[in-house]
Amino acid sequence: MLTFIGRRVVLAIFTVWAISVLAFAIIQLPPGDYVTSYIAQMATMGSVVTDEEAQNLRIQYGLGRPIYVQYYKWVKLIAQGDFGMSMEWRRPVTEVIGERLWLTVVVSVAALILTWALALPIGVYSAVRQYSVGDYLATFVGFIGLAVPNFLLALVLLYLGFVLFNAHIGGLFSPEFNDAPWSWARVWDLLKHLPIPALILGLAGMAQQIRIMRANLLDELRKPYVVTARSKGLPEPRVITKYPVRVALNPFASTIGYTLPYIVSGSIIVSLVLGLPTVGPLLLKALIAQDMFLAGTIVLLLGVMTVIGTLVSDVLLVWIDPRIRLEET
Amino acid sequence: MIAPAEPALEADHTMVDVGREPVTSLPRETLLSVRNLKTYFPQDEGLVKAVDGVSFDLYPGATLGIVGESGCGKSVTARSILRIVDRPGRIVDGEIRFRRPAADGGTGTGHVVDLVKLAPDGSEMRSIRGAEIALIFQEPMSSFSPVHTVGNQIIEAIRLHQPVDRRGARDKTIEMLRRVGVSSPEQRVDQLSNQLSGGLRQRAMIAMALSCQPTLLIADEPTTALDVTTQTQILELMRQLQQEDGMAIMLITHDLGVIAEMATDVAVMYLGRVVEQAPVDAIFHNPRHPYTRALLRSIPRIRSRSRERLTPIAGSVPHPYDRPTGCPFHPRCADFMAGKCDRLEPSLRPVGDQHAVSCFLYE
Repeated sequence: MLTFIGRRVVLAIFTVWAISVLAFAIIQLPPGDYVTSYIAQMATMGSVVTDEEAQNLRIQYGLGRPIYVQYYKWVKLIAQGDFGMSMEWRRPVTEVIGERLWLTVVVSVAALILTWALALPIGVYSAVRQYSVGDYLATFVGFIGLAVPNFLLALVLLYLGFVLFNAHIGGLFSPEFNDAPWSWARVWDLLKHLPIPALILGLAGMAQQIRIMRANLLDELRKPYVVTARSKGLPEPRVITKYPVRVALNPFASTIGYTLPYIVSGSIIVSLVLGLPTVGPLLLKALIAQDMFLAGTIVLLLGVMTVIGTLVSDVLLVWIDPRIRLEET
Repeated sequence: MIAPAEPALEADHTMVDVGREPVTSLPRETLLSVRNLKTYFPQDEGLVKAVDGVSFDLYPGATLGIVGESGCGKSVTARSILRIVDRPGRIVDGEIRFRRPAADGGTGTGHVVDLVKLAPDGSEMRSIRGAEIALIFQEPMSSFSPVHTVGNQIIEAIRLHQPVDRRGARDKTIEMLRRVGVSSPEQRVDQLSNQLSGGLRQRAMIAMALSCQPTLLIADEPTTALDVTTQTQILELMRQLQQEDGMAIMLITHDLGVIAEMATDVAVMYLGRVVEQAPVDAIFHNPRHPYTRALLRSIPRIRSRSRERLTPIAGSVPHPYDRPTGCPFHPRCADFMAGKCDRLEPSLRPVGDQHAVSCFLYE
């Protein structure tokens, strides 16, 4: 078990390294070096960068030296928590991303939890009561969830919320809490705003998970071990939850790895529509403005989140399915 | 029909009414009495009458062999008795009268319940299922959960029906595994079923089935998926455990060799019905029903002359949606009587001591 997790962690570190190379490549993509474009940017703003300052920056980033040295210097700065400057915002990238990153994580995890919490029981119900009214209803809602783009759903909800309740459901905070420092009141305000974006972001994934759970469970319900469990005299709900659901969870858990980045990257348009202060819209703007340190950093962080999600799903799988444990040892 | 509230133990002949005996009149020694059991599966294409009027009796400590071709309703009969018929199948008629052991576990004869009248997932049925009637079946490869240890599943069965703690149940599990001949049970108990061979898995299944000392063990093709050597060992084990524990066995198989080796009585099934029931000697030496005779003729014999051809049964089992009228066997029967067998339905009638046949040849 521990060797298995250890191996996965080593693999994860390699993957993160590969992602960092990619992010670095993205930063290097625009013509000219960073300092030149920084000076140009400053000039348009009317401020002048002295030669001395420019020279210091060149040394800091190893400009003019071989590419691997530049990469090494960049990684070293990141290790110190310095992700470079955002040209568009003219502030350190860490400051720009800062709170947005945590809010992204909060929204994503909330969407994920909501997805699972609803998909699991609905999927189980759909399989156990196959072809019942409830099953057809879940299928119907599920396909709508899959077919309707979630930004459209966000627009519809915004409209309905405004027309019916005269409420503005966008954003993650009430206006008075937008720039307020963290407090319990602000956390509570966040929690109140969270369900709608989480539902919108999670709906497509949820529909997919319901179908996966239903199909898996239908396969498992026909296996002889279910008859064995039933013939012991176990109550039916226990028969279902202890045996076939447990086995059917396996592919279900393995989707967590890609669901997390899917929610983050898929949330850009929804975040724009709903005005969510997450990194999605930031990435879009950074790419448009060729703000490469910001874009590279966001790509790096999204990549790392994907790796973490995959790692979590691997560990979950081993915990759920002891057969994997056996194969690995 | 309302079941009598207080089941009397003695047969009360004054209570006999409407052609169906009351629930209480089970002869003292009968353990299980199935009467006119019908289990149907409504499908989009039509109604599948998987079990269509099955009747037989089973006595304590005896072994009833149920033989028949695939699809004749053997397994559905077994599942009907346990009340675990898969949706959309359901019991539409008949009685399954089962004698429960005396409540104090003593020597009393207990009382009789009609399993058909119990709720399938109700507490009374669940206290019978697994504790008094246990099931083993043919897929030893997949009859244990792939993600739980063997021990976990046996311990669960024990704790479900007996007031023991986890520790005690585990000790009992190890003891049961040892009894069924699993080597080093202390290690096996914590293994997953896919670490066990087919023979070992079937032994573990038997250990689980017998862990609560059932009075009836239903073995549904228990050796079909095993090689011949393992098959003999498993049958030997079942016989030995039956002698020790005194449970009755309902042995479902299509293998007449297994029947000859194990059974005291035999019920021959064809298309959801029992066509002949008799003690095992009578079945092999004095078969009455044309189907039983044909079945016996189709077995290869070790002393037969070389190049002698086997006599297969003409035709094949009809499609379930397309059952023949009259006697279901008439299209394949050598003794077919036109105008009778294809019009009227024969019923099970006694033709000798404990020997009953459902055929117009004997009416």
